[in-house]
Amino acid sequence: MSRLQLDQALVARARELAARAAAPVVDLAATHTTISVERAQLRLAGLTGTDPVLGDGEVPWVNRVVDAVRDQVGLQHGVALPVWHALSSGGTLADLAEQVGAGTARFTVPEGAAADQAREAARTAVGAGIARIDANRARRDELVATHGDPPRRPWIYLIVATGDIHEDIPQAQAAARAGADVIAVIRSTGQSLLDYVPEGATRTGYAGTYATQENFRLMRAALDDVSAELGRYVRLTNYASGLCMPEIAVLAGLERLDMMLNDAMYGILFRDINPIRTFVDQRFSRMVHARAGIIINTGEDNYLTTADAVDEAHTVTVSQLLNERLAHEAGLADWQLGLGHAFEIDPGVPESFRLELAHALLARGLFPDAPLKWMPPTKHMTGDVFRGYLLDGFFNLAGALTGQGILLVGMMTEAVVTPWLSDRDLALRNVRYVLEAAGNLHEDFAPQPGGFIDRRAHTVLTEAVDLLERIADHPQGLIQAVADGTFGITKRAPDGGKGLDGVVRKAADHFDPATELLERIHA
Amino acid sequence: MPETRQNGHLGGTGAGSVVRPYGDTTGDGMVQTSFTLPVPPGPRAEGAALQLAQKMGIEPAMVVHSAGIGEGFTFFVVYGSVRHLVDLDAVQVEERAYPLLSPGEVNAAVKTRLRRSLVVLGACIGTDAHTVGIDAILNLKGFAGEKGLEYYRELQVANLGAQVSVPELVHAARARKADAVLVSQVVTQKDAHLRNTRELAAAFREAMGESRPLLVVGGPRFDPAMAADLGVDKVFGRGTTPGEVASYLVHALVPAEEPA
Repeated sequence: MSRLQLDQALVARARELAARAAAPVVDLAATHTTISVERAQLRLAGLTGTDPVLGDGEVPWVNRVVDAVRDQVGLQHGVALPVWHALSSGGTLADLAEQVGAGTARFTVPEGAAADQAREAARTAVGAGIARIDANRARRDELVATHGDPPRRPWIYLIVATGDIHEDIPQAQAAARAGADVIAVIRSTGQSLLDYVPEGATRTGYAGTYATQENFRLMRAALDDVSAELGRYVRLTNYASGLCMPEIAVLAGLERLDMMLNDAMYGILFRDINPIRTFVDQRFSRMVHARAGIIINTGEDNYLTTADAVDEAHTVTVSQLLNERLAHEAGLADWQLGLGHAFEIDPGVPESFRLELAHALLARGLFPDAPLKWMPPTKHMTGDVFRGYLLDGFFNLAGALTGQGILLVGMMTEAVVTPWLSDRDLALRNVRYVLEAAGNLHEDFAPQPGGFIDRRAHTVLTEAVDLLERIADHPQGLIQAVADGTFGITKRAPDGGKGLDGVVRKAADHFDPATELLERIHA
Repeated sequence: MPETRQNGHLGGTGAGSVVRPYGDTTGDGMVQTSFTLPVPPGPRAEGAALQLAQKMGIEPAMVVHSAGIGEGFTFFVVYGSVRHLVDLDAVQVEERAYPLLSPGEVNAAVKTRLRRSLVVLGACIGTDAHTVGIDAILNLKGFAGEKGLEYYRELQVANLGAQVSVPELVHAARARKADAVLVSQVVTQKDAHLRNTRELAAAFREAMGESRPLLVVGGPRFDPAMAADLGVDKVFGRGTTPGEVASYLVHALVPAEEPA
């Protein structure tokens, strides 16, 4: 698809540096656990529901149990050993949770034969959750075979965000009927900083709808109905980000979500979540996504909303390479990497469209087998909706011309209102027109070697390699680079940010049945 | 004023303060609007659109485009002449009551007239996690080609980031002896931005009374005229640049001329 002739030696050098820069992050993930990783074990084993007594009844049992284990014996051994040891005398996980609620549960870390027994029981229980994820993956394959994939690339990705799952459902179905291939349900503002996953069907989100297991289930069922009606499998997207990334990934696998936003650094840079917490959580969540056959979407578009899209174009490339490295390390295949980038160059800059094409083709050339996620203009949408509609048309054209895999539909009312019914309809007409009029234009479009686009792509790649060199030269690679403010001017220290108190260094006997089972397969 | 409608030549330089929208002829009153009605497409839908246009004062109205959306909705584009008149004398706008200063002028004013650095605290409050607005004003990087307040040597800036609770903010303002507290509100669903701002104002009033810092809020959906109603000192709307905020801080916090 891409006709850019990239310098393959430079490309190889970029990947080698990305691997070096990411190595300390991989070590960190291997030597630490987090409260959310531990809670994810219990979710895989089927523990659901909330403690009706505590607070307003919003605290999930998984939080209560993990907190109780932590208070009594610490989390350095993992939650599985003490929990399944406590269950060796009988009873279910739900019974044990009730005992935690009543304050009568007593946890100890077993040794010897008792530990072996607890480990085996934990493997069986957590394995049941993983079996359900496997069954969902098989079911998705079956439904795609029955209904079919979208008839062309890019897939058309549309957002709904009412705050009320029962309003989201008809809107999502209407969007699918109007041509959307992928529905994303934006999360409620602030969920990324909640250290628990809300429960049940929810109707009260702000600027989005809470990610809960029940909301996932309801929306997936509704899209299954509309997929059958349309003869096209409509995919569902949510967000595995923030403090509960591992648990949300598990819930996505359990409820057959198809794509998840899952960036290695977004939470650190943009939400001030502790770097170690994020790196440990993201590895676990990516292993789950790999297993579940979920396509991840990374968040490089965000860099360009705060930084200049020309000056900082290479930071997008660097982040894509790091995201790719960390994704491969966690077992994700190329077809699962929806690496992000965006059409955010100031339209007032001369040659802005040619620059956009150069950046988009560079990504296409670097990651030929990844379904790149192409994000529409937001920063330079001004409220002049007519101009915005034109800009979105150019964005769609760039997407078609450069073979993007997933196209997030831009709204002319971006930054004005949350999209109206008519905004969405007009936006989809814009996409359809461009794809029908020029969807195959890439067959005729070959940037001239040595020409403007070719040279610009090479410049960005060279700048990316320079930055990767600086990151890789840090003693702690990416971790230190983030602390030094290498990405933008945001400095994020390894001991700063939200959620650090949920990070625990593993003891030698730490036992994590989920990671063990997930690694066993993809090793 | 029916006679002014008939002569059709209004809004020129000497024609007084009454104007009408301009399509291609002075005084033609032409406007364009679009909307959706929950009615399936067809003659009845077009009739409904015309009725609405007339009630909006557009007469005669032309439905130049109508198209069905999904099941049971129709989208319309309407052109027509609006009968309403605009009285420019009755228009009230809040004009900037202070000069726009360059970063150098801001620094000089603070240094020579305040004789200490100005302490500015910024945050997003409530559940709002969108730090884009406060970052654009505070971060070195800035916004619209202007550097943010961190760039100003004489401003001592701390950005507390997202989802800061109001009590935390009051505490931080007190601990750092903040001269000004800047709060950004992007999320506006169910008027959360207005509710949060009132809560902010009340908390500072209760905790610090007259000695509270200058309270400045901003966000894309705020009406700058609402400051008094919300209980804050200043409201900035869409498109505000760091320079405007810095200039306002000088105006509000730095003594006018040489200190006594």
